[in-house]
Amino acid sequence: MSGKSRRDFLKSSALIGAGITGLSSNSAKAAPENILSPDRMGVLVDTTVCIGCRNCEWACKEAHDIPAGDLESYENREIMKNDRRPDHTALTVINEYSPGKHSNLPVNVKVQCMHCDHPACVSACIVGAFSKQDNGSVIWDTDMCIGCRYCMVACPFQIPTFEYHKALQPDITKCDFCFERTKEGKLPACVDICPVEALTYGPRTELVLIARERIRRNPERYIGHIFGEYEVGGTSWMYLASKDYNELGFPQLGNDPAPGVSESIQHGIFAYFVPPASLYALLGGMMWLSKRRKELEQEEKI
Amino acid sequence: MNHEDINPVPVKRKFFTPGVIVLCVLALNALVFLAIRFFYGIGTVTNLDNQYPWGIWIGIDVAAGVALAAGGFTTAALGHVMHREEYAAVIRPALLTAMLGYTFVAMGVLVDLGRWYYIYHPIYMWNGNSALFEVGICVMIYLTVLYIEFLPIVTERFIGKVNLPGILSKLNKLADKILRVLDRGLAKTMFIFIIAGVVLSTLHQSSLGTLMIIAGPKMHPLWQTPILPLLFLLSAIAVGFPMVIFESLIASRSLKLKSEMHILSKLGGMIAPLLGLYLAFKIGDMVIRETFVYLTEFNTASIMFTIEILFGVVIPLRMLLSPKVLKSPSLLFTAAALVIAGVLLNRINNFIVAYTPPYADYSYFPSIGEISVTIGFVAILVLLYRFFVINFPVVSVPGKHSGKSAKYTVKGVK
Repeated sequence: MSGKSRRDFLKSSALIGAGITGLSSNSAKAAPENILSPDRMGVLVDTTVCIGCRNCEWACKEAHDIPAGDLESYENREIMKNDRRPDHTALTVINEYSPGKHSNLPVNVKVQCMHCDHPACVSACIVGAFSKQDNGSVIWDTDMCIGCRYCMVACPFQIPTFEYHKALQPDITKCDFCFERTKEGKLPACVDICPVEALTYGPRTELVLIARERIRRNPERYIGHIFGEYEVGGTSWMYLASKDYNELGFPQLGNDPAPGVSESIQHGIFAYFVPPASLYALLGGMMWLSKRRKELEQEEKI
Repeated sequence: MNHEDINPVPVKRKFFTPGVIVLCVLALNALVFLAIRFFYGIGTVTNLDNQYPWGIWIGIDVAAGVALAAGGFTTAALGHVMHREEYAAVIRPALLTAMLGYTFVAMGVLVDLGRWYYIYHPIYMWNGNSALFEVGICVMIYLTVLYIEFLPIVTERFIGKVNLPGILSKLNKLADKILRVLDRGLAKTMFIFIIAGVVLSTLHQSSLGTLMIIAGPKMHPLWQTPILPLLFLLSAIAVGFPMVIFESLIASRSLKLKSEMHILSKLGGMIAPLLGLYLAFKIGDMVIRETFVYLTEFNTASIMFTIEILFGVVIPLRMLLSPKVLKSPSLLFTAAALVIAGVLLNRINNFIVAYTPPYADYSYFPSIGEISVTIGFVAILVLLYRFFVINFPVVSVPGKHSGKSAKYTVKGVK
């Protein structure tokens, strides 16, 4: 099913939903958006440039009202001995790996939400609390979320996290691509603070061209693979590296969008409610016929 | 006319027995852990975390719960849709199990939701792409349908017997009249709900299988397949009658009634083809996707898969093909229990064993709190079943004829 007709289907089902529940269409929130704007933004992370200063971790916390501590305390590299994952205390983290082919220094990899072009979380969310925005951000709406954590099951990058020790209003937390900052024309906090310009913010289409150009100019520095250009249908955040991505903590993923199979099954079963309605009619017919057969048998006996 | 005389009556037994008291203790134990969960958050009582977002509360309470409540729609399809009246005696017990089962599926979802107080959101926040949304809406509607299907049992219990205490006794006549009107209305419209119940069941039983497909490579290839919805539906249909047999034999023993082996043997005879169909698709899928290579590895996944198929499908299938097994209560019970265990294990495997996130640094195992809550829910379910069977006309006692078996039929055929 094409993207357009799927959206139409969703719109009509949202309308039916509003009608059934007797709510105005204002209060019934429409099904999640997945606008793939041609101008959507992205970030190119050049792991051969990153020095692992972790300033981005600090800036990210500052921008999202997470206790950040002193910037000086981030100079401590002991913490990078073990791989870390983002959670509600840090929406992005830097991990360190053994040197690649371009230098003898360790390779640092920034981890955060990839902001997929076809996000599994947007497809999976039971209430449509996730949405892919015009500018490329995949964001989460706290007013809708019911805390079912299906987004966490669905995400191929294991990114959304949950506040397991909060009894009331636990949040799903993940990088929101600084949606509030970019709306005001500011750069994402991590891109803004990066002292070595390892992060390049710009339209995704241009970033792909920049990445290809860097690989072409420095074939000895980079491996010829832009992670995120095609993985799971493409992501807004993309990476350049000097060694295989599997050795840098990236999951091995195909190029098909993560929600592809489940969505086609889902829309196959519910194609405009024709299959369920047909089954209903079929069963009704069977019920009628079997009853009638019983009646005829009885009449014969009498 | 009826092949069997059907006369569902309340079974006159004392509610409390030593076994019942044990169940009460298990239920109270669960309530303690639930209190902690609601005051201090899910992480306090479960082993769930950012690596393993779903545990046995989803894998067993919800996924297996829905599958094992399938007896409700399979017997409704057999007894009402196909009009096989000889099976009428098992419909009400199966309906009660389904009603209680789905109620506890809803409870299981409620305790697992981080923001349980927003459980109504899916009613007006729609996401047609989400398999979970489909499951959620279908289960909500089906639960309502089950309550409606159960209502005639309530009206039957109270019509002519309304006896409100004290000053309310003036309302006795009115209440009785309301019940009679309700009963008549329900009798005329029930076929709508019965068919709806079967349709809703096929929809969400299969969509439960779609749930884990989006997890993609996080799920072990022995279970991850695009035909998961079909496998879930077929296994749910196959486990429906074994559940009816299992419960009926336990109930007749616990309530000291004569077991209805003449019906159960016939039901048992229908399981083998259904189970065989499921096995055929399961093996066919394995051959086509060439996943049998994973069975040569010796690990948790391959062991669990082998147990699931061998003890949950192959052995009971062979047993149920033998007339001797169908006639013996103990052997039939064993075969039914194996099928049930097989489907239970299949759901656990699909939702828990098969799931390995990319950055997992350990394997999930349920905490004492999670296990306590799951066991406690089962205990409360059994207690409620006993309560209903003692107080409402659910179980048929052979002998008298009530003449109500042909109650729910499509209108227009007299």
